[in-house]
Amino acid sequence: MAEATLKTVPLDRTRVLRWLQTYGVYAGVALLLVVNIVITPHFLSAENFRTQAVQVAPVIIVALGMALVIGTEGVDLSVGAVMALAASVTALYLGYGLLPALLVVAVFAAGAGLANGALVAFVGVQPIVATLALMVGGRGLALVLLPQLEDLRNPALASLGSGDVLGVPYLILIAAVLALLVAFVVRRTTFGRQLLAIGDSRPAAQLAGLPVRRVLIVVYVVCALLAAVAGVLATARLQASDPTSLGNLMELSAITAVVVGGTPLTGGRVNIAGTVAGAVLIQLLTATLIKHDLPPSWTQIAQAIVIVCAVYAARGRGKR
Amino acid sequence: MTVTKTDARTAAARGAEPAAAAGPTGPARSERLTALVQQHGALAVLVLVSLVASFSFDSFATGDNIGNMATSSAFLAIVALGMTFVIITGGIDLSVGSLFALGGVLAAWGSRHGTLVALLLPLLVCGAIGVVNGLLVARSRLAPFIVTLAAMLGARGLMLALTDEGADTYLIGKGSFLAELGQGTTFGLGNPVWITLALFVAGAVVLRRTRFGQHVYAVGGNEDAAALMGAPVARTKILVYTLSGLLAGLAGALNAAWLASGVTILGNGMELEAISAVVIGGTLLTGGLGYVSGSLVGVLLLKVIQNVINQIGSLDSSYQQVVSGAFLAVVVVAQTWLGRRRQLM
Repeated sequence: MAEATLKTVPLDRTRVLRWLQTYGVYAGVALLLVVNIVITPHFLSAENFRTQAVQVAPVIIVALGMALVIGTEGVDLSVGAVMALAASVTALYLGYGLLPALLVVAVFAAGAGLANGALVAFVGVQPIVATLALMVGGRGLALVLLPQLEDLRNPALASLGSGDVLGVPYLILIAAVLALLVAFVVRRTTFGRQLLAIGDSRPAAQLAGLPVRRVLIVVYVVCALLAAVAGVLATARLQASDPTSLGNLMELSAITAVVVGGTPLTGGRVNIAGTVAGAVLIQLLTATLIKHDLPPSWTQIAQAIVIVCAVYAARGRGKR
Repeated sequence: MTVTKTDARTAAARGAEPAAAAGPTGPARSERLTALVQQHGALAVLVLVSLVASFSFDSFATGDNIGNMATSSAFLAIVALGMTFVIITGGIDLSVGSLFALGGVLAAWGSRHGTLVALLLPLLVCGAIGVVNGLLVARSRLAPFIVTLAAMLGARGLMLALTDEGADTYLIGKGSFLAELGQGTTFGLGNPVWITLALFVAGAVVLRRTRFGQHVYAVGGNEDAAALMGAPVARTKILVYTLSGLLAGLAGALNAAWLASGVTILGNGMELEAISAVVIGGTLLTGGLGYVSGSLVGVLLLKVIQNVINQIGSLDSSYQQVVSGAFLAVVVVAQTWLGRRRQLM
């Protein structure tokens, strides 16, 4: 059926569509930049770019982990809950110093990822369902640990959130380093190849003798760890731990960034550069609407439409 | 038509025949036990928890408390009913929480123009969003979770746009028919409880006794097989998402009538509660197998646990989420194992 339609569609249209799927996100970012330079006052200031970049950094970090999970034909709905969990654990253990607190956060996040991964890899539950349980329970646990917003006074944490190197905030640096690292892992390592092979066809990967379960578990653990990093950074920027609202709808933003960036939900392909551009696109879109005094409600509606359009454009690409 | 019916039945009793054909009653009995746990496990837990709770807390088994629990369960139950249909087709609807809130605001806003508008407006708008979900899932073949996640965002945006970013709360006048529908009681139980029971009876009949219901099972059991047998796969899917949207809107409208206002902060996380209830009630998330009655039991179980946590007093209400999440994980693991045992036999 798909082949038949492919043959009848003129070649030009297919080519345009394929070009849009791969480069559409960059074109979108460029378009929004140009539009903003023309219509938004003070858009071209360094301060504005800094603000936008700092705001988008946590989304990029979460989206990197999500891209890996989606590459295995999975999805992780629990990233927002893991962010909240990271925020409350940070607040609880900050008394022992920043480093011990971060270690405990890492242990909690790894545990969450392990739970997701084990459900997917060993029990064989669908990823949506497996991570749904932690999405429900994780935020509950975060609220049990820390029932309400708590201000954090810790110089080390404060400098992590607002410090910079040569004018570039730590948040942006961390996000950039992590993006490069994840891109390297996907493109240049055995683990990256195995991950994509599993996403392409899990039975085939199994028959080829790949360590399917181990790779899946590592992917979910990495995704949870990245979400925890984003949670800690967001907490550091806020200078307060807010388990009630931190990371709300983050799973949606991350999945959107990944899908808009040209990674198919059907797995087997991961586009890291596109994922980063996807996150930037959503951020710019939201910022544009907000700067022109559109209320948040309309921003949400616009975001919903962009998601549906992106998924619609990406449809069928994974199946070829 | 008979072909589809047979398929749905075999899908529901998958694996039973080969086991029976194997001869001795041993495997058949354990098969039946598996099915029994699958279908009535939640009911057994519900009875157990209720018994323990009524012995432990004097205020649990009182008429007031039971009435309150029934009324507050009613709204979630209506949402879970629609979710049951969607999940049996193998889909998922994450937009119901937002549609619940939107339905409530629309009902309260519309109540200024009469009860008819107040009831029809939420049904119309939420039903339309359900149709869009269904079209995108069935015709454009997009993943249900991403479509309905986008709808959740869009519907909440629409609700905020209607209420001046959540600052306005529309009220429902006292003494109107709508207020009576939400707050009044009949034979000692709140009207929403009766409406919910009626809807569940209708839902069970539709699912078990109509052509549409058989199509729902067939689509969830094996979509390709259903399509090959001539079941209208796309139409069935569009209908279940529409139904889910309609019921979420109705639940929101009734809830607004009960509260006498369209509260904008409601419905957050309700999709998760509804999915948990449906899954706990024995409906398979992979589709093809499920019970309307199980979802009702699942909702009651969640509400009873919530009530117990409230009664303990020293526990924060967020424990409810932890318990739900843990419960969901346990049920899903159990389901997967039970399902695998069935396939092996």
